[in-house]
Amino acid sequence: MSTQYPSPKARARSWRKPSVLPGFALTFGTTIGWLTLIVLIPIATIFLKAAGLGWQQFLEVGFSSRALAAYRLSFGTAAAAGLVNAVFGLLVAWVLVRYAFPGKQIVSALVDLPFALPTAVAGIALTALYSPNGWIGQVLEPLGIKVAFTPLGITIALVFIGLPFVVRSVEPVLADLGRDVEEAAATLGANRSQTFSRVIFPAIAPALLTGFAMAFARGVGEYGSVIFISGNMPGRTEIAPLLIVTQLEQYAYAGATAIAVVMMLVSFGILLAINALQAAGRRRMGA
Amino acid sequence: MIKVQNITKRFGDFPALHGIDLEIQDGEFVALLGPSGSGKTTLLRIIAGLEFQDTGEVFFNGNDVSRLKVADRQVGFVFQQYALFRHMTVAENVAFGLTVKKRRERPSKAAIRERADELLRLVQLDGLGKRYPGQLSGGQRQRVALARALAIEPKLLLLDEPFGALDAKVRKDLRRWLRDLHKQMGLTSIFVTHDQEEALELADRVVVMDHGKIEQVGTPEEIYMNPQTPFVSHFVGETNRVAGEGGEVHFRPHDVDVVEEGGELVLVDNVFRKGGAWRVEGMLVETDLLVEFDVDAALPQPAAGDRLRIVPRRSRLFNPA
Amino acid sequence: MKLRTVTEGKGTQIVLIAIALAFLAFFVLLPLISVFSEALKAGIGGFVAAIETPDALSAIKLTLLIAAISVPLNVVFGIAASWAITKYSFPGKSLLITLIDLPFSVSPVVSGLIFVLLFGANGLFGGWLAAHDLKIIFAVPGIVLATVFITFPFVARELIPLMMEQGKDDEEAALSLGANGWQTFWHVTLPNIRWGLLYGVLLCNARAMGEFGAVSVVSGHIRGETNTMPLHVEILYNEYDFVGAFAVASLLAGLALVTLVAKSVLEWRFDLHSGARH
Repeated sequence: MSTQYPSPKARARSWRKPSVLPGFALTFGTTIGWLTLIVLIPIATIFLKAAGLGWQQFLEVGFSSRALAAYRLSFGTAAAAGLVNAVFGLLVAWVLVRYAFPGKQIVSALVDLPFALPTAVAGIALTALYSPNGWIGQVLEPLGIKVAFTPLGITIALVFIGLPFVVRSVEPVLADLGRDVEEAAATLGANRSQTFSRVIFPAIAPALLTGFAMAFARGVGEYGSVIFISGNMPGRTEIAPLLIVTQLEQYAYAGATAIAVVMMLVSFGILLAINALQAAGRRRMGA
Repeated sequence: MIKVQNITKRFGDFPALHGIDLEIQDGEFVALLGPSGSGKTTLLRIIAGLEFQDTGEVFFNGNDVSRLKVADRQVGFVFQQYALFRHMTVAENVAFGLTVKKRRERPSKAAIRERADELLRLVQLDGLGKRYPGQLSGGQRQRVALARALAIEPKLLLLDEPFGALDAKVRKDLRRWLRDLHKQMGLTSIFVTHDQEEALELADRVVVMDHGKIEQVGTPEEIYMNPQTPFVSHFVGETNRVAGEGGEVHFRPHDVDVVEEGGELVLVDNVFRKGGAWRVEGMLVETDLLVEFDVDAALPQPAAGDRLRIVPRRSRLFNPA
Repeated sequence: MKLRTVTEGKGTQIVLIAIALAFLAFFVLLPLISVFSEALKAGIGGFVAAIETPDALSAIKLTLLIAAISVPLNVVFGIAASWAITKYSFPGKSLLITLIDLPFSVSPVVSGLIFVLLFGANGLFGGWLAAHDLKIIFAVPGIVLATVFITFPFVARELIPLMMEQGKDDEEAALSLGANGWQTFWHVTLPNIRWGLLYGVLLCNARAMGEFGAVSVVSGHIRGETNTMPLHVEILYNEYDFVGAFAVASLLAGLALVTLVAKSVLEWRFDLHSGARH
């Protein structure tokens, strides 16, 4: 009969635990095959290509003064935007979880807009707003504050892009954090600010850090929303992803590859750090 | 007849079952009783074909079904959380097993509807066929799960903690009802439980399990009155355990006489009413061991600080293994 | 609502809410409004005229085509991956999940670059492709590849936690009632995950239609041929045709709004479901 289980002996040799649900070979095979084809081989290619450059050339093109300036700008503005989001994202999450106010549903949906809005659209919209004759730009201009075509503009674009990461990381943890621990703190004589700093903040800090790291990682690689508002002056407002595109347009594949590899290594480093952080958090919370 | 022969099963490093042998006669109602981690659910799932044994065989009426898929074993399985399909109505849930049959074996639509209605009547849910599982109470869901399992006309009905998710009152009603249904339909049934009261009340025979082994198989009476191992004695019913000559002496609280002379001296610590008796908690003066026993409520209530002399009427001696 | 004694005073609450709303208004709402306002600067007529250019229409068509290819591919992959990951136990599972998430942590520009390095004129397979007169980079297949890469994790990521939570009981019940693998999947698993799947499809689709960086690198910006809507927005913007740029952008913003509304509705339904479940 074709509908038989494999013999016990065959099962003992199997590397996975046997299951009565059919379809493992099909689904696992599809997953691994597609993953390898679409993700792993392409990513491996770039590292292979970078390895082909040799150390000398890799350092030369990957860490040229122009590239270094681009890294500084990308990492600096992404960190600044991440910090802004850590503060305001936490506030938004707090307000959404803890307080009742009319239109809360809509506000909550709005938080996800940066996920849904194509980055190029966000880019031109922000540029229109902050250019010297834009709605916000014309208010700031007389004050001597320039946003468009400066690092400040880049930071603003990255704040837009990164906001949902922080809010959506913190929100569930905050919602999960029982009111009873706050009430317990209150019965023990703590005031609100003590309760926040000693009881609430430590509990949400890992989620906040995760949100920050995700917003940061996204900000470092962000392209569409930034290039319109940044002005793209080499050495001043040229972000690293743009430098890759510029190098590509000049057929400088070595430079593009080296910069891309540096950025990817940093991103993977952040990803690993996030995972380690979450694992550590889980261990501590005993969940 | 169900026969389980030398079944072993490991989950990674954890030995879930070792060397299980068991025979179950047609029409029997059998309880697998044990604490969590004793392997009782694993054994049930292996009999159903939902889990694979590492070694050993399962026979239905003399046929080795060890390598037969769950779908081909024709067993009714009632899951602990019922596993009702939330997006289907109650009637669709009950009819599922018939609608997935191969075309030439599948009854007509009308016949399927008829059968589903019949089964819903059987579990006393007639008229609720159009509802969704989410709109039913816990006890009703349990009966839907049962009706669904019965739709494929299984000879063997397997139930995993069938009353675990219900509150005490509903549980008691359903127990009796299930017992009747089992008889009425001429089923062979095996259910898993950690509740000794449930096992003793419901089953023809009880299989007590611990640490992946069968400790004892017997009628409820045999299990309660004649426990063969210290574990069974301790796990089923209340038991005092005191050190005696040549091993551990076990006796039930209701198997104790209070005597004027001789026996063991007990310093009474606490007394409360338990049914028709006084339940006395105290300490054996000689050994500092805690004991519990019952004193006829017709006698005056003992008080804390009293000293009583007791003799177990029935006791069992277990040698240290 | 239950009266809570341990919380901030009403005044503090209002101040905090006000700050949060002001922040969102400035950083999120205002950009959204400005898209529509700029698009309509030349009136409805100007808006329609900007959309009706052949280049704009061909960009819209291409964008729909790209989404129509890449979203189904990722749906199939997402379902297969989450079935394999949640229904079986095997070693290396968490590594597999990490690998599936990998495209999230790669800059869109780099995602485009890797396909240029593979299939571009100077790429690994560039010579072979040229010899066989096949074009991937600066053509539709390249855009599809880059989009599939970028949206790779979306569906799987929504389904894995959902299917993990639902467990295997329902599938085992179906099998014990005599269903085969496909019947179990169609009648039991798929209905159980349909809302989560739709949610993943929505997000995947929004990203597929809106992707800019990766597509920009592989597309070659050939008007009327390899220009997607976001790329067309860029071209018009760089040519100072602001009304045109914002008109096309407003279509994409409209898509984003539809996505958000649908997402909110689904989230509401999800709650309803999990509430009814136990």
